[in-house]
Amino acid sequence: MNLPTLESINLAASLPVLILAGWACLLTAIDLFISPERKHWTAWLAVLGLLASGVALGFEAVAYSQRGAVSAFGDMAVVDGFALFLQGVFLLSAFLGILLALNYLPRHNIERGEYYTLLLFTTSGMMLMAMAADLIVVFLALELLSLPLYVLSGFAHPRLDSEEAAMKYFLLGAFASGFLVYGIALTYGGAGTTLLSGVVEALVGGGPAPNPVLAIVGMGLILVGLGFKVAAVPFHMWTPDVYQGAPTPVTAFMSVGAKAGGFAALLRVFLIAFPATGDTWGVVIAIIAALTMILGNVVAISQSNVKRMLAYSSIAHAGYVLVAVAAARYPEVEPLAVSAAVFYLLTYAVTNLGAFAIVIALERDDGTGVEVEDFAGLAKTRPWLAIAMTLFMLSLTGIPPSAGMVGKFFVFQAAVQASVGDPLILTVTIIGVLTSVISAFYYLRIPVMMYFRDGEGQANVQPALGVALALTALATFLLGVVPAPFLQMARHALLTLAG
Amino acid sequence: MLNETVFLVPTSYFVILSAVLFSIGVAGVLLRRNAILIFMSVELMLNAANLAFVAFARSLLDQGGQVFVFFVMTVAAAEVAIGLALIVAIFRSKRSTDIDELNSMEG
Amino acid sequence: MPGVILFAILALVAILSAIGMLTSTNAVHAALFLVINLACIAVFFLGLSAPFLAMVQVTVYAGAIMVLFLFVIMLLGAERVPLSSRLRWQAPLAIALVLALLAVTLLVAFSPQVQGNLVNPRPVPPEAQGFGSPQAVGETLFARYLLPFQMVGLLLLVAMIGVVVLTKDERKPTGHISENAQASDRAA
Repeated sequence: MNLPTLESINLAASLPVLILAGWACLLTAIDLFISPERKHWTAWLAVLGLLASGVALGFEAVAYSQRGAVSAFGDMAVVDGFALFLQGVFLLSAFLGILLALNYLPRHNIERGEYYTLLLFTTSGMMLMAMAADLIVVFLALELLSLPLYVLSGFAHPRLDSEEAAMKYFLLGAFASGFLVYGIALTYGGAGTTLLSGVVEALVGGGPAPNPVLAIVGMGLILVGLGFKVAAVPFHMWTPDVYQGAPTPVTAFMSVGAKAGGFAALLRVFLIAFPATGDTWGVVIAIIAALTMILGNVVAISQSNVKRMLAYSSIAHAGYVLVAVAAARYPEVEPLAVSAAVFYLLTYAVTNLGAFAIVIALERDDGTGVEVEDFAGLAKTRPWLAIAMTLFMLSLTGIPPSAGMVGKFFVFQAAVQASVGDPLILTVTIIGVLTSVISAFYYLRIPVMMYFRDGEGQANVQPALGVALALTALATFLLGVVPAPFLQMARHALLTLAG
Repeated sequence: MLNETVFLVPTSYFVILSAVLFSIGVAGVLLRRNAILIFMSVELMLNAANLAFVAFARSLLDQGGQVFVFFVMTVAAAEVAIGLALIVAIFRSKRSTDIDELNSMEG
Repeated sequence: MPGVILFAILALVAILSAIGMLTSTNAVHAALFLVINLACIAVFFLGLSAPFLAMVQVTVYAGAIMVLFLFVIMLLGAERVPLSSRLRWQAPLAIALVLALLAVTLLVAFSPQVQGNLVNPRPVPPEAQGFGSPQAVGETLFARYLLPFQMVGLLLLVAMIGVVVLTKDERKPTGHISENAQASDRAA
């Protein structure tokens, strides 16, 4: 019996996620001793955990720059640049997610300490997803990411739309896990192992039971399962209702965290385990990307509820990341495409959390006030808020000077490189550019409403929300104006087989 | 005791059986409109996957596949707990487990 | 040969019980059909050298999980689950999808390339005796699969917290009255 040794577990490399998961467990107990009026203490304690995890992540990043990628927990996890970069994005999103909720929950009379602990649990699931090196870890991390989000979507119960959102999210999420598990089962049968590095070996040549046909069918089912998580067409139908019904801070966090987690899995599984079958999945993902961009952007035009519009917008943005995934199947483009994808996820995270922060500021206590008309006249009553919202909308469209523009540029650059000799990718890239133009119609409707229409323009910016707004607006602006240092980091976000 | 000397059939038979069960599960999710029934169909899908895992584990003589089944069962238990809690919560407000009645939001 | 006959009988029972669950109009019947299905799979586990998993399947799956299902169905009094007549686009899509899925899998399973790999499994060699026993599963679980094992622990904790959050109702002491009022509002 080979018991794991301390060296093979490699505690130091996995410290960020261990701190976060451990602290989440502890906080569950600590929260019991915090009186209901002081639940914001739980929030700050959760922030403390995120901070500690962030410090550990910083040390780990320094260590990574010196010695490269390492394995952790035997061969179950790998800590590489890709994992570290995305873990940073997850911690940042969780921090902003807590800030967004801090005033929102008491205002809506749904403040409970479990909100913050569940947020920490789902964040640790995302972080584990980023470092998964075995399909079993991918599956469990996906569940650890999803289960708290199902509960958080229904956090405003007995408000009916929140309960319905949780139910829809749960049923479709469970359905998707079914596909994922069956896909993993067939892959296991075809490759003889669930290790990502083992699957690639079996498919390329040999292994205990090489059976590529089974593995390819399994790969297709895994794609369906992960497609649900990232809300790619045709697996997107849950998104609008869930995003609209869930409490707004949960929607904000879910739209960036769950999506980035799903893409972490997608990139890892398809680029590490299935590069040999790139011809097959590359075509399928490129087509899905095109459909996702078209449907998301076109349907968003007709939405009057801003939460619902941002839901379709999040479907559309999944399409842009999928373009990068499809481009990454060419080995010579892979480093550029992977860093483009993770950088895009970062820009989308700060921009979208900012946009949702504004929605929270406008939302009244009964959940109304999130229609496009409610933005009328905001430029007169709250000029700073209007400027920030304009910046976020420019960023989501991809107009400079904003983060979104750099992200899109980076993705299309990778796609153009991959399109040499691949007309499909070229077509998809052109569709991407055209749909970005279309998206201006609905994104820029909000600035037009704020600046050129008269109206009440009510907003309620409480301190924590103000901090979140300032941070996201600053980040969106900085990523758009001086992206170089962040691009540099993203360039190190490379996928490795194992340390 | 029942063991492989009694029960030696090609692994592909098990794969076919699990594919049929998985398809019935998928059909159940798509055709039934009741949350509890949909949920049971998801359990059927997971079980089909478990059967495939154990069959492959046997033919590869690899313990890993069996451990995976163990994890799938645990995840199923956790999902059932959350799912049934949601069903109870929603039944309290709507008096129904029909997902067609989850329509308080447009579209 | 007796193995194949036994397999065929059990497989038939498993498939029929799954179809029974799919078409049942009573949730309790559906749950019981699922229990039969799970029990068949447990017998398959025994035959596939997985005695430990067979026991877990019976106690945890067919036992605990299905009892929970039945308990909730009874608690809510939600036995009646009519077959919906309001399937607009789902039915043809579902049938097409399922047939495609089935066709692909059968094609794969019967293709000569795959058949070559999925023939009769060789008997368990003497050095691998105890394959699938609790000891063997436990050793793999705690050595190689330490990280997944820890993650499953977190998952169960999350499930517990989640259930408490979703069902505990602090703000609605007069629940039933307001619920009924809400329900009649909706009906109106």
